[in-house]
Formats: sequence, structure tokens, C-alpha cells
Amino acid sequence: MSRLLVLPFAAPLLTAALLLAVPRRRTAHRLAGLAVTAAVLVLAVALLVVTRDGTVPVERIGGWHPLVAIGFAADAFSALMVTVCAVVVLACLATTAASGDDHDPLFVPLVLVLSAGAYGAFLTADLFNLFVLVEVMLVPSYALAALGGGATRLGAARVYVAMNLLASTILLAGVGLVYGVTGTVQFGDLAAAARTSPTVAVAAGVVLLALAVKSAVVPWHDWLPRTYPEAPPVVLALFSGLLTKVGLYALIRVYAVVYDGDPAYHGVIAAAALLSMVVGVFGALGEATMRRVLTFHMVSQIGYVLLGLALFTAASLAAAVFYLVQYILVKTALFLCAAAVHAGHRTDRLDRLSGLSTAQPVLALAFAGAALSLAGLPPFSGFVAKFLLIRAVGDAGQWVAVTVAVGVSLLTLASMLKIWGGAFWGEPPAPDEVAATRVPARTVLPALTLAVVSLLLGPVAQPLLGLADTAAAGLLDPDAYLRAVSGR
Amino acid sequence: MSAAVAVGVLVAAAVHLLLQRGQLRVILGFVLLGHAVNVLLLSAGGLDRRAPAFDGAGAEVADPLPQAFALTAIVISFGITLYLLGLLSADGPTGGGEKETGDGPSATAGGEGETGGGPSATERGAGGGER
Repeated sequence: MSRLLVLPFAAPLLTAALLLAVPRRRTAHRLAGLAVTAAVLVLAVALLVVTRDGTVPVERIGGWHPLVAIGFAADAFSALMVTVCAVVVLACLATTAASGDDHDPLFVPLVLVLSAGAYGAFLTADLFNLFVLVEVMLVPSYALAALGGGATRLGAARVYVAMNLLASTILLAGVGLVYGVTGTVQFGDLAAAARTSPTVAVAAGVVLLALAVKSAVVPWHDWLPRTYPEAPPVVLALFSGLLTKVGLYALIRVYAVVYDGDPAYHGVIAAAALLSMVVGVFGALGEATMRRVLTFHMVSQIGYVLLGLALFTAASLAAAVFYLVQYILVKTALFLCAAAVHAGHRTDRLDRLSGLSTAQPVLALAFAGAALSLAGLPPFSGFVAKFLLIRAVGDAGQWVAVTVAVGVSLLTLASMLKIWGGAFWGEPPAPDEVAATRVPARTVLPALTLAVVSLLLGPVAQPLLGLADTAAAGLLDPDAYLRAVSGR
Repeated sequence: MSAAVAVGVLVAAAVHLLLQRGQLRVILGFVLLGHAVNVLLLSAGGLDRRAPAFDGAGAEVADPLPQAFALTAIVISFGITLYLLGLLSADGPTGGGEKETGDGPSATAGGEGETGGGPSATERGAGGGER
């Protein structure tokens, strides 16, 4: 099994290289993209089964010494993230295949390289490889963000590239500093290093800072709502599912391994988490297009996951993992709906849209399901996630955080209602007013599927809860992971 | 000490350029910032603050790992710099005032930018392999 750990990274990369050789075969591009992503999904589910009981498969490429080998390792947390991201990539590729948005010969290869970087970042067990794999993921995203051109999009792409390049440079500097003081960048040897040595804590703090910028944590969130909404709509769905989530995963992993959940920093993380939640949701309320509202919400939801990390108890970490998984699915569904609206109406401004619920019932159904889940209403998975998180926070006696979490949930519902009231409610506009084309139902099907999965994860939460518990146990007590990674 | 001074000067110059208005200056600022981090990576190979990474390496043996890091980082930042230059040319000279709008030129130049990203993707794989 451990030999196969390289495949989620290698297979999409090789497929992308082969597809570049046949740029005109659109059907081949679609089929190969879907097939290799489906294969990664199958592999990831197999990994979930293996890691379910806390086993940690490790593979060192070429069998080098653990210190210098390029190592991949999977625990339940990594396997869960790879699974969810494969689902997201599959949904996005299926949507573009159905809508024909993949006409650019570079689209599918770029998406595959991006996804390969994301899977690799989830599976790597080494700080420097984390940097490399994050770059593998980001470089195609730079090209995807500018796909199609146009002055506004290119302007936003420049800001996006500049911001991420700055964050990557800081990340690299942090990795260099960590190596300079410890002589290793491998997670196994860095275990709890920041807890014993303040110098390491400062060096690893630079890494955490860079990862916080990449995950758009307040006060470094500003680039996200400025750049994401200008990206091509389906690409935006992909970005929302993968990019900031890799940053968040790495943030959780580095804090759990290198700092060993040091309580001295819980206050700082909690403050950033609460600020993100509040700033994100108020920003969302003030925006006027579907994609801008949803993008600002990402900041708010990132805060929820960080709140789980800030407490660093078994219950709160399990809640954070559960939250992260269901939120990636829900958010991608919402962005795919926004992309479908944009494809049909050439705009997603709420004041230009109305009556979509009668004109496009399938789209309305998908959006409503995902939006209710995001707001945390039962019986959707969003409710289970928020309930777990708020219960964990309440058990820790943090009543301020409980109040903020519940209040932000209500405001989330309010902003979802704003989209619903603006775009879906009301009379459909007269046909001569707007040159709207009906989006075929098959392009909405992937979004609907994700919404249904989110609905199912509510009442049938037990399997995912079990996995989230295992993942949290692995983060709280990373001994098994660290022993496997360091090969001792 | 000399490495620290070099990093400081490079970062100061980079920040100065990054805060300028023109896109080209920003790109040059990122190039300098990349150099600063590469110097930092190389100086992380010094053995005066910690034990050698490999058994049997004396004080006169340089640590090879940071050099591999710097090599990989150079390849990555080179690829991204090319892409940034592609984005710059997609929009024409800023403030030149003579041309543009219309998706025609931007779309083709965007294509150039992507091919700049394409090869670097494979190079990055190779760079990671060397490490």
C-alpha cells in the first residue's frame, strides 16, 4: 500500500504532461482528466480504510535515508483531505466538461497539475517539500486565474500572483530559518521542537505566518476577496476547494507537529479565528454579487476551522476536521451554482437577477441545499459541524467564542437569504429584457451531487465522525505519525 | 555576518521596489527578494549553530541540503518571474496610453504567459527530484 502513496501526486502530473502532447483532442482531455481524478479518489478511499485505525503508511522515494528522502506519509487527516479534494476536482472537471468551459487546450492539464500539488501537499512529511508542492499547486493557479484574459481579470491576477509570491517567499525564508536552527526540515525530527526552543518557535512562526497569509486569515485576508471573484467562475470553485484549504491543512499540521499544540499560542490563534469569522461575514453582507458574497464567506469559514485548532482538544480538533471536510464540499457546490448562474446570465449581480427558482429549479435546489448547509441548519452536515464545534468550545468554557460562533452563523444565514432573495426569488425577468440562456441541467448536476452529499453527511455523519476522531487523535498525539515519518 | 548584511541590503532594496508603482519594478523587487531568501538558505548551511546533518561531517564540510533547497527555489522563482513578465506584456506598457482594450491582444499574450508556466511545471518536478 505504501508504494501507492506517490500515485496521487505522480499520476495527475504524468497525465497532464501526456495531454500537453495532444492539445486538440478535447474528448481525450476530458476523459483522461476525469479518469485520473477518479483513480486518485479510489486510491484515497483505500488510504482512508488503511489509516482508519491509526496506521501510517510511509513511502520514501528511492529508499533514501529519511533525512534526505522525498517522503510521503498518510494519516487519517491527510487521507480525508485527499479524498475531499479529489471529489472537488472531479465535480469541477465534470462541470466544465458539461458546459464546454474547458475549450482552452491548457485547461485540463493545468487543473491536473494544480490538483497534483494539492494532493502532494497533503501527503508530504517534510517542510521543504511542503513548500515545493504548494508551489506546484500555485503556479498553474496563476495561469488559471488569468485564463481568458480581459483587463479586470489580468489586473486581479497580478495582485493574486504578487500576494502569493510574497507569501511563498516568506514561507521559503521560514523553512530556511527552521533548517538553520535545527538542521532538519522533516516533521519526524521537528516534533515539539518549537516547544523546547524559542529560536525554533520564532523560525517556525515565520512559516505559520506565511501559511496564514495563504489561508487568508484576518488580518491577511484582503487579497482574497479582491482577486478570487475575477477568476473564471468554475476555476473559482476549484480554488475555493483546494488552495486556501491546503494552507489551512498545513497550518494545522505544522502547529500540531512542530509546536505540539503549545498552549502559549492558543490565545493568538483564537483571536485570529474570531476576527476572521466576524470580518468575513460582515464583508459578505456588504457585497453585491454572488461570487463576492461567497468569497468573503471563505474568510469567515476559515475562522471556524481555526477556532477548532485554537482550543486543541480532541473534541475541538475532530470538529475542525469535520468542519473543514464538509465545508469544502458545500463551498464548491455554492461556487459551481454561481458559475452556472454566470454562464446563463453573463452576470451574477444580485440586482440584475431574479426569479431563478422558477426558471431553473435544479439550480435553485442545489443552491438552497448548499446554502442551508453553509448556514448550519439541520439536517445538513453544516449543522453537525457547527454543533460539534460549538459544543467543544462550550466544554472548554469559552463563552465569548460560543456567542461569536452562533452570531456569525445567523449572519451567514442572512447573507445566504440575501442571495436567495436577490437572485432566486421573485418574478423571472421578461425575456426581452435580459439575454439569458437557460443553463442545461447537466452542468448543474455536479453541484447538486455535492449538495446531496452534504445533506447525507448530516443524518449519516457517523462514518465521517469516526474518521475525524481518528484524525484528531493523530494530531493531538502525533507519536505514531512522527515515528513512521522519521523511520525510527 | 556578511550573509546577514547581504540579506538585509537585498530585502531593503526589494521592499523599496515592491512599494513602487510600476509593475516592472514590482517584478524586479520580487527577483531581489528571491535572491535574499536564497542567500538566507545558503547561510542556513553553516554549522556554527547546530550539529552537522550527517555523521562524520567536520566543521569544514558544508551542508549540501540547503544548496539543494536554494537550487530548487531558484528554478521556481525563475519560472514565476517569467510568468509575471508574461502578465505584464499581456497588458502592454503601463501608462503608455496608446493602445488597447479588446480581448484580442490580452488573450494571445495570456497564452504566452501560460506556456511560461508550463515548462516550469516540469522543471519543478526535476528540481524536487534533485533534492
